[in-house]
Amino acid sequence: MATNPAVPVSRPGAVANRAGGALARGIAVGYLSVVVLVPLAALIWASRADGAATFWDEITKPEAAAALKLTLVAALVVAAFNAFTGTAIAWVLVRDSFKGQGMFNAVIDLPFALPTIVAGLVLLELYGPNSPFGVDLAFQRAGLIMALLFVTLPFVVRAVQPVLLELDRDMEEAAESLGARRLAVFRRIVFPNLLPAILSGVALAFARAVGEFGAVVLISGNVPFKTEVSSVYISGQIESDNPTGAAAVSVVLLAISLAVLLAIGAFRHWRTRHDR
Amino acid sequence: MRRISLTFLPLLVLAAGIVVGAHAASAKTTLALVAYSTPKDAYAKIIPAFESTAAGKDVSFTQSYGASGDQARAVGAGLSADLVALSLEPDVSTLVKKGIVPSNWNQNSYHGMVTDSVVVFVVRDGNPKKIHTWADLTKSGVQVITPNPFTSGGARWNVMAAYGAQRAQGKTDKQAIDYLKKLFKNVPVLPKSAREATQVFASGKGDVLLTYENEAIYANKKGVHTEYVLPKQTILIENPVALTKNGLNHSEAKAFLKFLWSSKAQKLFGDTGYRPVLKSVAKSAKYKYPKPKSLFTINSKSLGLRGWKSVQFRFFDHSSGIMVKVIGH
Repeated sequence: MATNPAVPVSRPGAVANRAGGALARGIAVGYLSVVVLVPLAALIWASRADGAATFWDEITKPEAAAALKLTLVAALVVAAFNAFTGTAIAWVLVRDSFKGQGMFNAVIDLPFALPTIVAGLVLLELYGPNSPFGVDLAFQRAGLIMALLFVTLPFVVRAVQPVLLELDRDMEEAAESLGARRLAVFRRIVFPNLLPAILSGVALAFARAVGEFGAVVLISGNVPFKTEVSSVYISGQIESDNPTGAAAVSVVLLAISLAVLLAIGAFRHWRTRHDR
Repeated sequence: MRRISLTFLPLLVLAAGIVVGAHAASAKTTLALVAYSTPKDAYAKIIPAFESTAAGKDVSFTQSYGASGDQARAVGAGLSADLVALSLEPDVSTLVKKGIVPSNWNQNSYHGMVTDSVVVFVVRDGNPKKIHTWADLTKSGVQVITPNPFTSGGARWNVMAAYGAQRAQGKTDKQAIDYLKKLFKNVPVLPKSAREATQVFASGKGDVLLTYENEAIYANKKGVHTEYVLPKQTILIENPVALTKNGLNHSEAKAFLKFLWSSKAQKLFGDTGYRPVLKSVAKSAKYKYPKPKSLFTINSKSLGLRGWKSVQFRFFDHSSGIMVKVIGH
């Protein structure tokens, strides 16, 4: 079976210089602590500042709950959509060859390079009331989804692409020579190999969509109960001098993202085990 | 034991780096100005003007601009500042509460306010919907763009202008609040900040943009045609500046604060669309602005406006404020 670079498997048997290993681990743990763990701990601490009852009140306020629900549904829709389009784009980039492919490949990463607020502004110009195409999606949920699709585009593509490149064509050819149809080859040979990568891309896209702020703040319109997502709600709570409320909703977002990332990680782990 | 010490080694190295970095100091006096974004272009001219005076000869500035609330929070969290210029008084009060700005910051002849403006209606070219009065904003089919007052401190001026305008026309408190409800029924989207509200309006959404006169004037000066209506009743916007306790330790910072009320600096503020607060400048033909029939302030008690502290609690408290009900349904 082809090795899958998107699924790093720890190798307990790997023997390295012991002290060097500890140093490397020290750097990794230290860096992770400074950049991620300590800020997250502080956030959770802040959310509990006024007691557990306040925490619960803050996340069940109608406006907060509506924003959370919208954020999750939108992120799920966007992640699912990305699973298809991202895989298709990766397929075209790897298996097809056409003029301007290099350019096409480079464009994929643009959503990462562009400040998201600029992305929001551009989308508002293109798909707002003055749309040159006559498509007005702004200030409704469709506009929100579109902005999220824009910023999450690269995740699945970039996760699937290297796996597809590494995939052994011999297997597919063997299957075809034995009489399997193209679709069956894709379903039984290509897809199972791509699935872990697709899932890892989907997980990242979901997490990004949950937390996105810059790209959606302009085009969504931020109307409570209609188009206001959690990130915008949180910024409102901060401006209204309610940091506990902001932290509480942030912790919920964080917990959901973590749960999704862990679940997908566990599923991939389980699959890798069963494949071998 | 050995493993633990190696694990924390990178942290120690990092900490040491921070300590060493903090020791790099400069000789010349450097003042830190932390301000909201709108007066950036005014300060770009005022600072060189100050540096060319005797008092400002050896002074240089670090400048930081951003949304007023964000800037106040940054200073509250430790961003070094000698002077803060914010869009509304509550943002300074936040810093007073934290002990960063002394409580007597507004004890001068201008009550700490360095520029004025008023809330106006920006309309589409030719004013096709014939918007002239506050009542016109609640007509059916009129869309009003204003930022969400919960995410934009500056948008609170718009809400209080709308409320006060009703009271100035003899309406009761209840009628004025009903007016706010009707007004916000005509508000289709709630941009996060004044800048974003302007973007939304520029994108083609809405018939009226509630904004500040200085923004409209400045847009026109920059060549962006902006037609606006000065309503008969509106609120006087007052923007505060204050020295922090840090800044009070520097005679140069005090000199700069004083310079902001000089006729030179006030004219430069005037050039970017603000109403100067210095009477001699405000009277001169170039900086003379039309006076609305009724111009009230956030402290106009006869209109039920009892200062920012009371207004913040009554209208903008995040759970019990009147605006929670006005917007959230």
